[in-house]
Amino acid sequence: MLRTNTVSFGYDTKEVLHDISVCIHRGSLTGIIGPNGSGKTSLLRLLSGVYPPTTGQVTLEGQDLANYSRKTLARRLAAIQQQTETTFDYTVLEIVLMGRYPHLENFGIEGPLDLELATQALAATGTSDLASRAFSTLSGGEKQRVVIAGALAQLSSTNPTVIESNILLLDEPTTSLDLNYQLEIGSLLQNLNETGITMVVSTHDLNLAASVCRDLIVLRDGKVVACGKTEDVLTEETVRHLYGVNVHIAHNSAAGHLLVVPMRQHRREPYD
Amino acid sequence: MTEKTHVTPMNTLLFRQLQLKFLATPWVLGSLAILVCLLAPLVGPTPIKLSRVFDNSVSFADNVDAQIFFIARLPRVLAGALVGGSLAAAGVVLQALLRNPLATPFTLGVSAGASLGAMVVIVLGIPFALAGLPAVTLASFIGSLVAVGIVYFLARLRRQGLSTTVLLLAGVTLNSLFSAIIMFVQYLADFSQNFQAVRWLMGNLDVSGYEPILWALPLLMAALVGFTYLPRSLNLLTLGTEYAATRGVDVLKTQRLAFLSASLATGAAVSLGGPIGFIGIIVPHIVRLLVGSDHRVVLPSATFLGAAFLVTCDAGARTIMAPLELPVGVITAMLGGPFFLWLLIRNR
Repeated sequence: MLRTNTVSFGYDTKEVLHDISVCIHRGSLTGIIGPNGSGKTSLLRLLSGVYPPTTGQVTLEGQDLANYSRKTLARRLAAIQQQTETTFDYTVLEIVLMGRYPHLENFGIEGPLDLELATQALAATGTSDLASRAFSTLSGGEKQRVVIAGALAQLSSTNPTVIESNILLLDEPTTSLDLNYQLEIGSLLQNLNETGITMVVSTHDLNLAASVCRDLIVLRDGKVVACGKTEDVLTEETVRHLYGVNVHIAHNSAAGHLLVVPMRQHRREPYD
Repeated sequence: MTEKTHVTPMNTLLFRQLQLKFLATPWVLGSLAILVCLLAPLVGPTPIKLSRVFDNSVSFADNVDAQIFFIARLPRVLAGALVGGSLAAAGVVLQALLRNPLATPFTLGVSAGASLGAMVVIVLGIPFALAGLPAVTLASFIGSLVAVGIVYFLARLRRQGLSTTVLLLAGVTLNSLFSAIIMFVQYLADFSQNFQAVRWLMGNLDVSGYEPILWALPLLMAALVGFTYLPRSLNLLTLGTEYAATRGVDVLKTQRLAFLSASLATGAAVSLGGPIGFIGIIVPHIVRLLVGSDHRVVLPSATFLGAAFLVTCDAGARTIMAPLELPVGVITAMLGGPFFLWLLIRNR
């Protein structure tokens, strides 16, 4: 269980998260939604332990993240940033194998077992065909899936019981992807969640949140304004409060989940 | 997906390939470097034979070939190997640390600091030598340490961690500041001092004996030990600091080790041979074009290739216009440039 206890956080002097207490339960698939600048990325950074909170604590299984070494933490918790750009050209397989970093000794090279886990991670994300391609030549959606494969290789362990308590954090994984890739990433997240990986995903896409996330954390101006089951939290009232936009939300039987439809906005001032 | 961890034959094969790449590439280039170091002392105005050099039936005092080999030429060849290897390795590390393929060992102001140190000693005409170590060498090393200290201090001032942006900007600024001071010092100097200074800036591997090498060796070895801890972390660091941190890399520790060991290697190399250009940017790229980007292969390979490359260039510098000696920096640029361009277009 990953938990934040009344954490605040800021860059330099500007505080961007205020007094946040959230709890990510084992095996859950939680979405973080909120307008631009509401603190989604910052919250994910705190949860991943990359930045320590200014006040409060982030704990994993009751232990402060600061007490974990980077390697120990990385075996339990992986995080994926919005974009990954390489300075030098690696192959897809090399990128995925780098996920094995926390499992190897300082001077170790990847063994047959690590290659096997990398191959399985490529298969799980549907990127086996790309293995020998240069990472920089991939499309946005392919890159995103390869980076997810790297995170899977990172969380994989030779001990099958461990993966159930592992956590994957994703920061807006569908931004800049076309409709097809958005849906693909969405179902990939669901599939991985079913294998036992706890998922936290920030997104602007309310319909993605509605279709894959079972729980939602709603942020506005660095504060949690709602938190709970998706059906309870994702309401027309919440969305209006967040974005100032009128929406219609109803269960769509064809899609099998809530559907968010933005309504035309009434301009307050007509154009001159 | 982890229930069965049975390894398929294909992955076993893949592992063998990987192993071969990790072991064979450095071995091949290492052997090349040793071969070059053995052959280079044979090249020069006086022809000597390797069989005569190692002829045990003649005493060393009577063996002219052995004297030329060991006293006149080998120190210079060893200095070339050390300087070339260090600059190439430092280039690899700094390019990864700064996530910038255009970075060189001289980007962070280390060489400008070293040059200023050397310049001051040349212009003031300080003649002393410390245990066989010329004052110029000592002063340039001190100059490089000062530059490293300033840049590191500035980069640590802001935020937690080491800001690579500040590192880069501070280095570039320090480079031009030191260059300005060097110009000022040169303006004050007389003609013969200026000639000496310009020759130093062109790079020169004529170390006149083993003492400077023995003095630089522990520093370079310390840097090398630092380098051995870096490759896997550098791989991840080139994908971004946050990416690396969430994959388990201790980012600050890696950055600090990379910066300090690369600076140490550069400082020692420059004080030994002057600021010899091109090696630190061209050798890393040649190696990447040949073997890919994995720093576990790139770093040792670049070290060996850098050594072989500079020793070869220096052998050329000694012979092309003999008895005149060309500055070795001229040769490295003239050979390295076109070769690099050829490699660049070959893959397109």
